[in-house]
Amino acid sequence: MKLEIDRLTKQYYVERDGRQNLALSEVSLSVADGEFMAIVGPSGCGKTTLLNIVAGLLPYDRGNVSIDGKRITGPGVDRAVVFQQASLLPWRTISGNVRYGMELHRRFDQATMRERTEYFIRLVGLIGFERHYPSELSGGMQQRVNLARALATDPLLLLMDEPFAALDAQTREHMQAELLKIWAEARTTVLFITHQINEAVFLADRVAVLSGRPGHVKDVFTIPFGRPRSLSIKRDPRFLATEDAIWSLVEEAPERLGMAAQSA
Amino acid sequence: MSTHEPEPLDRPRQTFYHRHEGVILGGTTALIALGLWQASWSAGKISPLFFTGPSAVLKRFGEEWTEGRLKADLVYSGTNFIVGVGAAIAAGVVLGVVIGWYRRLAMVCEPFLSALYATPRVALVPLILIWFGIGMWSKVFIVFINAFFPVLINTIGGIRATDADLLRAARAYCASDWQIFKTVAIPGAVPFILTGVRQAVALGLIGVVVGEMFGGSEGIGYMVNYGGQTFQTDAVFLGVIIIALAGITLTSIAEQLEKRFSRWRPQR
Repeated sequence: MKLEIDRLTKQYYVERDGRQNLALSEVSLSVADGEFMAIVGPSGCGKTTLLNIVAGLLPYDRGNVSIDGKRITGPGVDRAVVFQQASLLPWRTISGNVRYGMELHRRFDQATMRERTEYFIRLVGLIGFERHYPSELSGGMQQRVNLARALATDPLLLLMDEPFAALDAQTREHMQAELLKIWAEARTTVLFITHQINEAVFLADRVAVLSGRPGHVKDVFTIPFGRPRSLSIKRDPRFLATEDAIWSLVEEAPERLGMAAQSA
Repeated sequence: MSTHEPEPLDRPRQTFYHRHEGVILGGTTALIALGLWQASWSAGKISPLFFTGPSAVLKRFGEEWTEGRLKADLVYSGTNFIVGVGAAIAAGVVLGVVIGWYRRLAMVCEPFLSALYATPRVALVPLILIWFGIGMWSKVFIVFINAFFPVLINTIGGIRATDADLLRAARAYCASDWQIFKTVAIPGAVPFILTGVRQAVALGLIGVVVGEMFGGSEGIGYMVNYGGQTFQTDAVFLGVIIIALAGITLTSIAEQLEKRFSRWRPQR
């Protein structure tokens, strides 16, 4: 699997003042097979727009987005999305929600779906909660279900849209470490959107920095850590140096004030 | 309230009283009210033309029951209620789902729905009598027109209220329109539909009584009306009590149903 984003441009029509607003301008990026790519940038830089386009949920104006050379024109069974909001069906149990993506894809038979549901519930550490409803789970646990639902569909490309942004700081750290463990088993290609530089550096093989309005790629950093990683690398001087380098790049963006407020 | 000894920690406040506090308190007030009513009746100061007591109502109940008239009235009213409310739920859910799902259809139906919804249904009764006569079908239709709107309006609301996050998730997983309809829109609308059903049951009961008061010679509503015209106060009370009991029973069944299907909602 190879994701290729080539000079992607996206405009929005703004109802209020009746003009086109440029969200993404000539964004080019390629993600290699099995790679964990993170995208950081200030809020409003079009990160989520970019992810929605790759997910096939939004049309785009110019440029090309392709998976293994095939242009993306809509959602596909080769991709799965982990949303910022858990977006679980509240009337389905945890089991039912993990199954849901597979049911919609209709690629697996009943027995396989049952098996995979069980496997991924175990993988995200939710054994014993199969018959619970989402409202009975904490935010962190709901995001595990969100992740399990995505992984269960066996995606070639996993799209994650600030999945830990709504969690408290402690749970977020814990979930980051968990995600790496889970990813070590699932080993799918990941495109991970976040506004937290620290999170991006910890998780990703490479980090692309998007500038604000209109969004375009300023630079791509290769993270100098192998795997497996533990949370302790966050105190490593090389980690801090990378974080600083990305920081100073983001600082140049006009939205740096908004950025500082959100990442504090 | 005084406690005699500390409760065991693992089962706090599980005395018989605490478990049934609502029933005990409510039941006690009801019994006291009944007792006062009977006492004021037994005092014999008020003419039976205007007033009656529990014992008289009970006696009347016995007479009516052995004569078989009451049973016939119950069957008649019950049938009208079940047919009318049943048809209203079926039609309300089907139409509500379709109108809620297709925006354009909603726009087309809008003027008719608002006009009918805003009109007190009782105002339509004379028209219904002209169309359907004074037989059973006019009664059924009055029940229907009363019960239909709450189901319809709530169902439309339920389908419209489909969660945007869930829609986005379903779309991202390649859901077809039919899959979205089946797995997101309909299940999400169920609690709304059941709220509509609960209201339909209450309004349908009004429909039964109103329908039977406008002509005809059968049913509990007729019994109340006729009893009133002939100063048989105990018959009026008997009818009203039967209607009240039916209302309480049916509403609580509908509430249970609503609870049962909203189990997934967060408890507060």
